[in-house]
Amino acid sequence: MTDVTMRIWRGDASGGEFVDYEVAPNEGEVVLDIVHRIQATVAPDLACRWNCKAGKCGSCSAEVNGRPRLMCMTRMQDLPAGPVTLTPMKTFPIIRDLVTDVSFNYVMAEKVPAFLPPPMPEGGYRMFQKDVERGQEFRKCIECFLCQDVCHVIRDHEDNKANYAGPRFFIRYAELEMHPLDTNDRRELVYEEMGLGYCNITKCCTEVCPEHIHITDNAIIPLKERVVDAQFDPVAWLGRKIRRKTKRSAAEGAVQPSP
Amino acid sequence: MTDYEQHDYDVLIIGAGGAGLRAAIEAEQRGLKVGIVTKSLLGKAHTVMAEGGIAAAMGNVYPEDNWKVHFRDTMRGGKMLNNYRMAELHAKESPERVLELEQWGALFDRTKDGKILQRDFGGHRYARLAHVGDRTGLELIRTLQQKVVSMGTDVFMECKVLQLVHDADGRVAGCVAYWRATGEFVTFRAKAVIVATGGTGRSWMFTTNSWEGTGDGHAMCLWAGAQLIDMECIQFHPTGMVWPLSVRGLLVTESVRGDGGVLRNAEGKRFMFDYVADMFRAETADSEEEADKWYDDHSAGRRPPELLPRDEVARAINTEVKAGRGTAHGGVFLDIASRRSPEFIKRRLPSMYHQFMELAGVDITREPMEIGPTCHYIMGGVKVDADSAATRTAGLFAAGEVAAGLHGANRLGGNSLSDLLVFGRRAGVGAADYIESRQGDSEFDTGEVDRAIHEALDPFERATGENPYDVQHDLQEMMQADVGIIRTASEIDEAIVQLESLSDRVKHLSVKGGRAYNPGWNLATDLPAMLSVCKCVAIGARERKESRGGHTREDFPKADAHYGSINFAHSSDTGTWDGPITTEESPLLAIPDEFRALLEEAT
Repeated sequence: MTDVTMRIWRGDASGGEFVDYEVAPNEGEVVLDIVHRIQATVAPDLACRWNCKAGKCGSCSAEVNGRPRLMCMTRMQDLPAGPVTLTPMKTFPIIRDLVTDVSFNYVMAEKVPAFLPPPMPEGGYRMFQKDVERGQEFRKCIECFLCQDVCHVIRDHEDNKANYAGPRFFIRYAELEMHPLDTNDRRELVYEEMGLGYCNITKCCTEVCPEHIHITDNAIIPLKERVVDAQFDPVAWLGRKIRRKTKRSAAEGAVQPSP
Repeated sequence: MTDYEQHDYDVLIIGAGGAGLRAAIEAEQRGLKVGIVTKSLLGKAHTVMAEGGIAAAMGNVYPEDNWKVHFRDTMRGGKMLNNYRMAELHAKESPERVLELEQWGALFDRTKDGKILQRDFGGHRYARLAHVGDRTGLELIRTLQQKVVSMGTDVFMECKVLQLVHDADGRVAGCVAYWRATGEFVTFRAKAVIVATGGTGRSWMFTTNSWEGTGDGHAMCLWAGAQLIDMECIQFHPTGMVWPLSVRGLLVTESVRGDGGVLRNAEGKRFMFDYVADMFRAETADSEEEADKWYDDHSAGRRPPELLPRDEVARAINTEVKAGRGTAHGGVFLDIASRRSPEFIKRRLPSMYHQFMELAGVDITREPMEIGPTCHYIMGGVKVDADSAATRTAGLFAAGEVAAGLHGANRLGGNSLSDLLVFGRRAGVGAADYIESRQGDSEFDTGEVDRAIHEALDPFERATGENPYDVQHDLQEMMQADVGIIRTASEIDEAIVQLESLSDRVKHLSVKGGRAYNPGWNLATDLPAMLSVCKCVAIGARERKESRGGHTREDFPKADAHYGSINFAHSSDTGTWDGPITTEESPLLAIPDEFRALLEEAT
């Protein structure tokens, strides 16, 4: 391949600028290979977060030509001709260069009420493949936080962050809600405090998911339906009172996860 | 004296992969104050890349499976260099550790009657690996991570530990570290420290390991007074990607072979039948027809030779390529496309399908994969007590890849994730028990802290000098060439000379920029550990004048009974990264007769 201009944002919380690097990509190389070559040759202090370089850990999230991508899964030859701009994820505060402070996500993770199964019978739980598959789709999540980055509810409105868990955690709530063994009821929480209602289903999150999880169709919309059932439908409300009793009695029988 | 932040814990755990997180859960449940330090973000540790599954003799698919068979498979796979007690505990306890994960929210693939499904893997007599498609490591780490978060354990992310610190009585009493985000230093004081830092594959050119695998934990334990054993035993995984070059070394899961994939050379020959060692002949099929019957019914035929232990398969591939029967890019073909339906492949191996499609432009449901051996795992590591994970240094425990013993000279696939769970938990128990009996307050040796900080900052003092990336690159190239899959005395001797000159270059590193999130500096602080660990690998490789498991000597191609009865144990004379290393023969734990009988049982 011919030389490519990599236009990389360099700076920190106090400000920064684009710096151009000319590189000649080899066959098959991904954006992260190019960043590594720049580090090893001309800019050893170019900050970039990465781990596996195989699309499995979700560390190297950034915006390539303005699109949220994993740098390790973006091949140079698939990008349009011309300079390639590389910027950090916009939704999170800058640490340095391409590295952002993603602690927002870890705070949201702490707020998820724990999985609460009934006591395990001798020899383990019995579950069927078709029942675990829904949850398994969401558990493919590699926590790259690209869905959080692209979600306009927090991308464009910093003040929403306090009350909005974001797509990554909506699939976590959906996973627990659909888990065959879980007895906790998080529907009120996800609506009242986690901001599920702010999502207006634009599907941006689904589009950027490197794991191709159907975030909107399989998690957010079903979650919204379940919450609406619980919140507003009087018949369902009554049903829920009864169902909850069942859930509660199951929960009472369950061993509380320790401590 | 430098200013630094300080934290106090009962148990400090270094590393947030499977072993570290499992240890944390156990120590928390004992009511201790637990802190976890990780040099990455939580949930990104190398465990996440494990694909195939967790080996545990649950007997869900083959009821005749039990701990005794798992024990036997592990010992034979390890070429009997294992610590038998670790292999026993591992085989007995792993089923319980897997079931426990479902109490914490894991969702494994299921059998028709709703139990956890188990798949076939190399060296395991029965289908034994609990799994979730080909992303089992992700399931394991996410489950443990969510459990740890729900317990409220303190996790210090992107914090790199430089070295352990002792108290006045010589006990390990904590560590000194720095925050990657700011470059500021921090110390953690603790009554017990559990090192669970994983491996050291990053010292080789072609590796499945992430940047994290720099042997930090091996080195810090060595410097703190613990011994390292079996360091020459390095696992080269038979199937890494070979093309394009940018992804060379990337792991292709053994599940491809467990699920029916076969190896062919460039002439189209299924060559593994030519490489069945005597030790495995009785249990391995001798025709394609017999091997193919086995996948559906293990009583209809013997195992396909593609599912021999990894060391056997890696050596066979290496030989085929050297004999000129390799592919254009120096590998061989791994073919599942001609043997299983596209639907089956996409359901069982979704990550592999995407990995090849997106990174190589290869559709594995239609074409074979090009693969070759890649540095994957170190069987060697910190010598520990099997039951408690304690090292010989008071207050210091080790578990997971950083510890040695369980896998002997070669690890079976699937035995790593179960190792993390079984011995991660045991390290938590061991540390908690130790704290209960421990007496007296510990005075932190601030001299050690100051020296570590001074050394870490040294590269900033030099305006010109060696680029850490160049030194790392040269180390990787040298280890790949001279202490790789096939070794010989002259090359190992050359490696030992080269390691000395690389050490000199490390003393002249120069780093540009500031301390805040500076990867060049971060690498400069990894290099002393990499050099220390590579020296032990090279010395072990020189001393073990035989071929066994993950250590193959061209000049000593056979196994030797004497070497089969000892480990080489390394200790640091000075506790410094560039100081001399003493290596001695250390006898293996004697195997009691009743366990020996299990090993010799016919198939």
